[in-house]
Amino acid sequence: MAIKDYIRQRYFPQMWCPGCGHGTILNALLRAVDELGLDKNSIVMTSGIGCSARISGYVDFHSLHTLHGRALAFATGVKLSKPELKLLVPMGDGDALAIGGNHFIHAARRNIDITAIIMNNRIYGMTGGQYSPLSGPGKKASTAPYTTIDNQFDVVNLSIAAGASFVARSTTYHVLECVDILKRAIQHKGFSVVEILSQCPTHYGRKNKEGDAVQMLEFQKKTTAKLGSKALENDPTLIPRGVFVDIDAPEYCEEYDKIMKRAMKETLQKEPLKNFGNQANQTCDMA
Amino acid sequence: MTDNIKTDENVIKTNNIKFVQGNEACVEGALYAGINFFAGYPITPSTEIAELLSKRLPEKGGKFIQMEDEIASMCAIIGASLTGHKVMTATSGPGFSLKQEALGYACMAEIPCVVVDVQRGGPSTGNPTHVSQGDIYQARWGTHGDHAIIALTASNHQDVFEITVDAFNLAETYRTPVILLFDEVIGHMREKLVIPEQGKLPIVDRLRTSVKKGVDYHPYLPREDGRLPMSDFGGEHRYNVTGLFHDMWGFPSNNPKVVRELLHHLIDKIDNNAHAITRYKEHYLEGAEYVLISYGSSARSAIHLAKNRRERGEKVGVLELQSIWPFPEALVREKCANAKAVIVVEMNMGQVMKEVKACVDNPSKVFLANRIDNKLITPTNIKTLLRMIQGRGV
Ligand SMILES: Cc1ncc(C[n+]2csc(CCOP(=O)(O)OP(=O)(O)O)c2C)c(N)n1
Ligand code: SF4
Repeated sequence: MAIKDYIRQRYFPQMWCPGCGHGTILNALLRAVDELGLDKNSIVMTSGIGCSARISGYVDFHSLHTLHGRALAFATGVKLSKPELKLLVPMGDGDALAIGGNHFIHAARRNIDITAIIMNNRIYGMTGGQYSPLSGPGKKASTAPYTTIDNQFDVVNLSIAAGASFVARSTTYHVLECVDILKRAIQHKGFSVVEILSQCPTHYGRKNKEGDAVQMLEFQKKTTAKLGSKALENDPTLIPRGVFVDIDAPEYCEEYDKIMKRAMKETLQKEPLKNFGNQANQTCDMA
Repeated sequence: MTDNIKTDENVIKTNNIKFVQGNEACVEGALYAGINFFAGYPITPSTEIAELLSKRLPEKGGKFIQMEDEIASMCAIIGASLTGHKVMTATSGPGFSLKQEALGYACMAEIPCVVVDVQRGGPSTGNPTHVSQGDIYQARWGTHGDHAIIALTASNHQDVFEITVDAFNLAETYRTPVILLFDEVIGHMREKLVIPEQGKLPIVDRLRTSVKKGVDYHPYLPREDGRLPMSDFGGEHRYNVTGLFHDMWGFPSNNPKVVRELLHHLIDKIDNNAHAITRYKEHYLEGAEYVLISYGSSARSAIHLAKNRRERGEKVGVLELQSIWPFPEALVREKCANAKAVIVVEMNMGQVMKEVKACVDNPSKVFLANRIDNKLITPTNIKTLLRMIQGRGV
């Protein structure tokens, strides 16, 4: 299908600033979905609050635009109640890892089959350029006029430590790589995290003198390198890109299915008559 | 002897008589109503609800999940409701505070769900194992912004069961969160419960859209009767759900007309149906000169006292509220019209009393019999005040 078949044209033009990286991520995500040939009815996109989170309004999937930081908690309810659905959860860096940090590590710990996409522009775009837990020290932000002193999370290490079974990183400069990684993440069974370094020229770029969108994209090209590449070997200060973890691990909804089977079997053995009464009267379309 | 031969029917009947805690009665009510998803976080005195459902839900093919906190629990049930399931969470004061932002989301996005608050002493961590009824206003105004809410309560386990079924029904009917305000005494006390046969109590199922695949579906366009048929996530209609003000497609809008009309709709759908939502019981109320208004466990003491006074020929009766929000103004005004005095019996600083004062013809005849020391108010506590009002010495 054409990309336009995946968007709600009624709501365009979108609200992002010219040069914002978030549109590129939307594009990459839709291409990944298209190349995988997924049925639009089988996809639920859940997002929180932020410039990034607005992505869910533009896609022609089931979309749930929720509260700041809580997208993964909503997504967990959707997924566990209807495991056949594919859950895509794009989040801003503040959304995912400041206010939503607890939900993030717990979703990873459960290894529930959800694809989390962290649109990391290192700043709170929507509220006007305050620093985020991914800004790192020495950065300027509207709440850090003298520069930040907070350390940043390393999303990849954090995700691995928390139990995510697929962890990857790319940037908005490397769009084709993004499409590839997103395809793998979506197909992966379990909690997958894709960090995509994005640019907010309006706030981060301006405050930190990183120039316009094109210069910021150049910066992403210059400061990152592919996992296993010569460039990375020669210069370990570069930020590695690629797939860091891709393992098979028990998935939460599948494990819960086993619990249900055990629970049903035990009640059938213990209270056959009563259980029969219940079965007759209640629809259980959740299995 | 032949009477004692157990037919299948008899076995089921005895199975249906239980000696349970109020929290268990709530669980039985939820199962009867068709709950199939629960998310929660342990907190006294509500924890038994989560524990029991962790066992009972998977037995019938439903899902239970213990989330990382109460915020996440509230969010998860909203997500599960959108896939077409009947959902509930349960908590107490501190956890209820954490749920407020997402509760407002459920009001705004019109998501059917049931939220149980088994009240304990507060504010803050307060007194986890003791009783209070201090969350009346938190249930009403805990989440920010103008909105309407339904909150129900009960004073005995049979009623806990039935009001829980009712809560699910109202949540579906009005596409709204419904709060069940129980309290520690009700939650933990043991009492007899008879579970009605399936079909005895009405069950309201999800109203789903009849709009066909490929035809434009408007998730937020109310029908003439104000109801909004839903479409399950994963179904044929793909639409947007948001906590922002939104148009009939669910897409964010800041058009003043859209904003005004949506807010009116959210409030009117409940407030204009207050008469249909109002639940109450009368005890010895016929011709009462002294009307006690109470709810939850404190109503038990009020009823006890009224019975005792009637036996002595005093005209004392009880109006037991089973719905607190929307506040049953018309009912209270009517039942108090001829009273010499109205005594609101509750375990807080007069949260319902303020509502009663606001709606009766003569607020100066409204008094408060309360306890706020985390102990159940006794009939004697109420009697002391009653006798003072009657001018009869304590
Ligand atoms: C509970 C709550 N706190 C704060 C806000 C205000 N707020 C909205 S978006 C946002 C930060 C957005 O930054 P990020 O998640 O990094 O996304 P971006 O806008 O940069 O894409 C904040 C703090 C809110 N909406 N809700
Ligand atoms: S403020 Fe920044 S993040 Fe938000 S749309 Fe503009 S460029 Fe993008």
